[in-house]
Amino acid sequence: MPELDRSFMKVLGPECDTQSDFYKQNYEAMQKVNDELDTITKQMMHIDDKYKEIAKKRDKKQARERINAIIDHGSPFLELSQLAGYKQLGEDSIPSANVVTGIGMVNGRQCMIISNNHAFRAGTYFPLTVKKHIRAQEIAEENNLPCVYLVDSGGAYLPEQDDVFPDKNHFGRIFFNQARMSSKGIPQLAIVLGSCTAGGAYIPSMSDEVIMVHKKGTVFLGGPPLVQAATGEIVTDEDLGGATLHSEQSGVSDHIAYNEAHAFQLARSILSNIGTKSYYLDNSHNRIAPEEPLYSQDELNGIISVDHKRNISMKGVLGRVLDGSRFHEFKERYGSSLLTGFGHLYGHPVGIVANQGVLFSESAQKGAHFVQMCSQRKIPLLFLQNITGFMVGKKFESEGIAKHGAKMVSAVANANVPKITAVLGASYGAGNYGMCGRAYSPRFMYMLPSAKISVMGGQQASEVLSLVRFRGEKDQDKINKYKGEIQQQYDKQGSAYYSTGKLWDDGIVKAADLRRVLGMSLAASLNQKIEDTNAGVFRF
Amino acid sequence: MFKKILIANRGEIACRVAQTAKRLGIQTVGVYSEADKHAKHVQVMDEAYLIGPPQPQQSYLRAERIIEVAHKTKAQAVHPGYGFLSENAKFVDQLEKDNITFIGPPTKAIRSMGSKAESKNIMSKANVPIVPGYHGDNQDPDFLLAESKKIGFPVMVKASLGGGGKGMRIVLNEGEFKDQLDAAKREAMKGFNDDHCIIEKYIGKPRHIEVQVFGDKHGNYVYLNERDCSVQRRHQKVIEEAPSQISPQIRKSIGEAAVQAARAVGYFNAGTVEFIFDTETDQFYFMEMNTRLQVEHPVTEMVTGLDLVEWQLKIAGGFHLPIVEQSKIPLIGHALEARVYAEDPENGFLPGSGLIKILREPKRQEGKVRIDTGIREGDQISTFYDPMISKLIVWGETRQEAIDRLYQSLEDYKVIGLPTNIKFMKRVLLNSTFKTGVFDTSFIAQNEKELLGDRPLTDLEKNKQLASVALVNVWFENETNRFQRLSHVDPWKSYDNFRVNNVARRDLKLTEGEGKEHHLKIEYLTENKFNVLNDKDEYILKNAEVILNQEREEEILIRTDSEQFRVPYLRDNLGELKKKEILESELGEGDIAKADFVKSPMPGTVVKIYCKIGQEVKKNEPLISVESMKMEFLIKATHDVKVKEIRTQEAKFVQMGEQLIIFEKQEETK
Repeated sequence: MPELDRSFMKVLGPECDTQSDFYKQNYEAMQKVNDELDTITKQMMHIDDKYKEIAKKRDKKQARERINAIIDHGSPFLELSQLAGYKQLGEDSIPSANVVTGIGMVNGRQCMIISNNHAFRAGTYFPLTVKKHIRAQEIAEENNLPCVYLVDSGGAYLPEQDDVFPDKNHFGRIFFNQARMSSKGIPQLAIVLGSCTAGGAYIPSMSDEVIMVHKKGTVFLGGPPLVQAATGEIVTDEDLGGATLHSEQSGVSDHIAYNEAHAFQLARSILSNIGTKSYYLDNSHNRIAPEEPLYSQDELNGIISVDHKRNISMKGVLGRVLDGSRFHEFKERYGSSLLTGFGHLYGHPVGIVANQGVLFSESAQKGAHFVQMCSQRKIPLLFLQNITGFMVGKKFESEGIAKHGAKMVSAVANANVPKITAVLGASYGAGNYGMCGRAYSPRFMYMLPSAKISVMGGQQASEVLSLVRFRGEKDQDKINKYKGEIQQQYDKQGSAYYSTGKLWDDGIVKAADLRRVLGMSLAASLNQKIEDTNAGVFRF
Repeated sequence: MFKKILIANRGEIACRVAQTAKRLGIQTVGVYSEADKHAKHVQVMDEAYLIGPPQPQQSYLRAERIIEVAHKTKAQAVHPGYGFLSENAKFVDQLEKDNITFIGPPTKAIRSMGSKAESKNIMSKANVPIVPGYHGDNQDPDFLLAESKKIGFPVMVKASLGGGGKGMRIVLNEGEFKDQLDAAKREAMKGFNDDHCIIEKYIGKPRHIEVQVFGDKHGNYVYLNERDCSVQRRHQKVIEEAPSQISPQIRKSIGEAAVQAARAVGYFNAGTVEFIFDTETDQFYFMEMNTRLQVEHPVTEMVTGLDLVEWQLKIAGGFHLPIVEQSKIPLIGHALEARVYAEDPENGFLPGSGLIKILREPKRQEGKVRIDTGIREGDQISTFYDPMISKLIVWGETRQEAIDRLYQSLEDYKVIGLPTNIKFMKRVLLNSTFKTGVFDTSFIAQNEKELLGDRPLTDLEKNKQLASVALVNVWFENETNRFQRLSHVDPWKSYDNFRVNNVARRDLKLTEGEGKEHHLKIEYLTENKFNVLNDKDEYILKNAEVILNQEREEEILIRTDSEQFRVPYLRDNLGELKKKEILESELGEGDIAKADFVKSPMPGTVVKIYCKIGQEVKKNEPLISVESMKMEFLIKATHDVKVKEIRTQEAKFVQMGEQLIIFEKQEETK
């Protein structure tokens, strides 16, 4: 690592009074939010005891146990969208959207692992399962991560086939992605641990290398019942598509494993022989020796306000996220509602764009300037969102806030550096765009459990809608009732759980884990070469 | 005095002799077999020579080769140590002929003491008390029976060339005499190629008391007091002590009897006269004389403050005894010796062989704790020689003090890689009968259960023990990474099992002894904080932290919210639980069939083959037995088999791992 004299880089102060009432109250409120998150996470990861018994008898591990077995001892696992599928079956949930995805270290290298949850509805693919699977592949492709598919699924969830099968980003896209990634030299490895019928059969078939578990895994285009119906041939699972058949006769499988444990050993062995195609080293020449922040990350629980009417001290956040709490601010005295500047995360340089209030024309221009600068310098960008939107009003429209905002949005859209977004507070309206919301393809996007995301805040929406709808209406009760309904709807749909349940983000993260998760995401994104950025036309 | 001597031995005794030689300014020449190329004794010598392959017959017992080395190096004398050539009269004769001094007694003494019958005759003539018995040449069974009646039952029938318990039979009454005599003769014939037997009175509660004597070439004799070696297991001494629990009067008379015995054969240099001491009558009887330095000589050195090897060298050099007057021989305090062996007491004291992975010896203290050893960490215990690791000798002002010190020293003694008798000896020291000092040679046999068995642990203790083992194993898995503290350097290389809003859980399987399995779960809270759960998902340890114990490197400290406790830790050995397996990396047997052959467990000789070709042998029935290192290993069928082929025959030498018996291939299991 190159030595760098960073003594000139300003060290942030604590930026918060841990003895203040605000801090204490907020800390307590955040604790409640975190507890709620823990409860929901536990529910979502719960596996029926009865099923556990069955799996034990069948000598099958659960989806997450399989991941634990394949990653290096002690390796972290950056699980993505754990709560996807939350309350997506009415009041019930599809546990983790029925597939566990995430990044873990295998033989010292980050790999994307996609593991079917066979404990729920035979691991079948719901629309959200497909979406989550494809998102994981997208992350793998964008960040050059080898893919490991732990396959144990009954295929498409037939009652919802219309939302699973035909569209561009439906089931077929999984195989499209496998082929495209393989062509880019991103290794694709499948371990068949259960059934892979029909479409599912293509997951191993489209992989570079396949392991099948003896007497557990099967691969066939049509299962025995279908075969019997079609041709009258009576055949067993094992004879039709067992590991022995595919490893010895058909060649669909490359390796046969005695059991799951053996399969994981084989997989680890395969992954130690995939070569070292990685751009990680190319990107790491910028890296300097990392430092721990000066202040406790636990204090983020008191700093990041749960109540979005209050501002978040972004410098307080950065002091607990960035290396050595060092931050080189850019344009401190101009457009100060947007905080921009440079710091390091685990030694990697990173440009920060953080909201300190509503976006004005100057702040938008400043943001565009900074994002373009980072793109030129190939410095990854970190967006910390707490944005209610761009400023409205005659003065602002007349000074062209629309075109200034557009500059920022354009700069963000075109920036080819890794972008990572964390929603700390609100994410409303066009602010979401300028601050690299989901549509702007951040490599990773996380929400805090207390964060909110919607086109505008619930209160504001109810005001706007009631003004439009009840022009001249005298009955205040009627208006209030309507306002209440709208507010309720926005609150529900704006919650982080709603967002993550629908896979609008890559997961909910606790405040105290921010540095770690952002750091892992940043490091993972640097496995890919950073392309040059071409700016679009800016309106001046 | 000699300028250069050859030490014709290996292991601790070679090192021990060399130490004194060095102190006296005498150069040392060592010899070694191929197995001992890297041994400690080779390195402590000034020069050392390879004398042959590992088998003792082809190396340490090859007199002519050793004498050749002595000539080549111009060594003036040879110290034989114990065992090997130490009591070989032919070797001594040859040395004499070649004008090389033997550091030991004259050949005549070696010869006459080598035969049980002859030695007893001599002693009887010299008025040394001997066990009443018949030691004559008449081997007529009726005559011997009549003699036995004269002596009075119970009597002991012994092969006159016997030793180590072979060819020995206790006859309780007249009726079983002839059968037992036949058995003894058969064993004697087999063991020593001579079925000549003697008859002796059987002493029910004997102690083994031996007297260290010294004589010089000028006719001076002294005794250096006695040692008690009654803690024996099948005639193998386990713990020896000096002095024994006898009165000064008896000490004097037994000492004088020993000197008398030495004088009777014109003895010089170091010798040990062994007596059977009848605890019921306080009578003692001459048993035999060992014409060499004994393994347990250090206990005598501890209570007298003398260096017996120095005495040996001086006497061999023609000097007078350093102390000529018996009354000036000191006797201070009490000394104990524990022989640390690589053997498995819980498994029939099966000798161990292999690598000493870790060796932590107790702290040596001048005059108080002494360790004689030829083994270092990383050495191999070879099957060719005695599996002794070391002798641990302690001194105390009183017997109790010595016992306490020995216990503490054994507590600090850690050997990893092989089973040892350390725990067994610790239990001997804790035994109440042993503490009183009043016991006989049947002590171990009578207390075997207590000495071998552990107090069963309570469920709570057991759980805690298991949890600790699991924890320590897991903790050390990523030790290096943890010490580098990479978590703030690279978030991916922290190896702290970080999970998003979740804790990582891992299943562990611990195997205890032979196959007993325990399933546990570990939850990783932080880099150094864990929960341990049992298979019912109940917490055994919560928030447990592992702390290296700076004070005692062989232990680690486990701290939970409510307590701290110590766990013995030495890499891969944690108390009783020898093996850990991690479910995740465990390889099942799958469809692999059971082994369809039997391998020799050790290099040795086939004693008996119990099966025939074509025979069906049920599980646990005997197949073949192999003898190695004086032990017989019976190999039983691990599953039902049908013998297809026998690739060896009785009395044939087999290598370790050699396939001996081949079975029919098992049918495919469905």
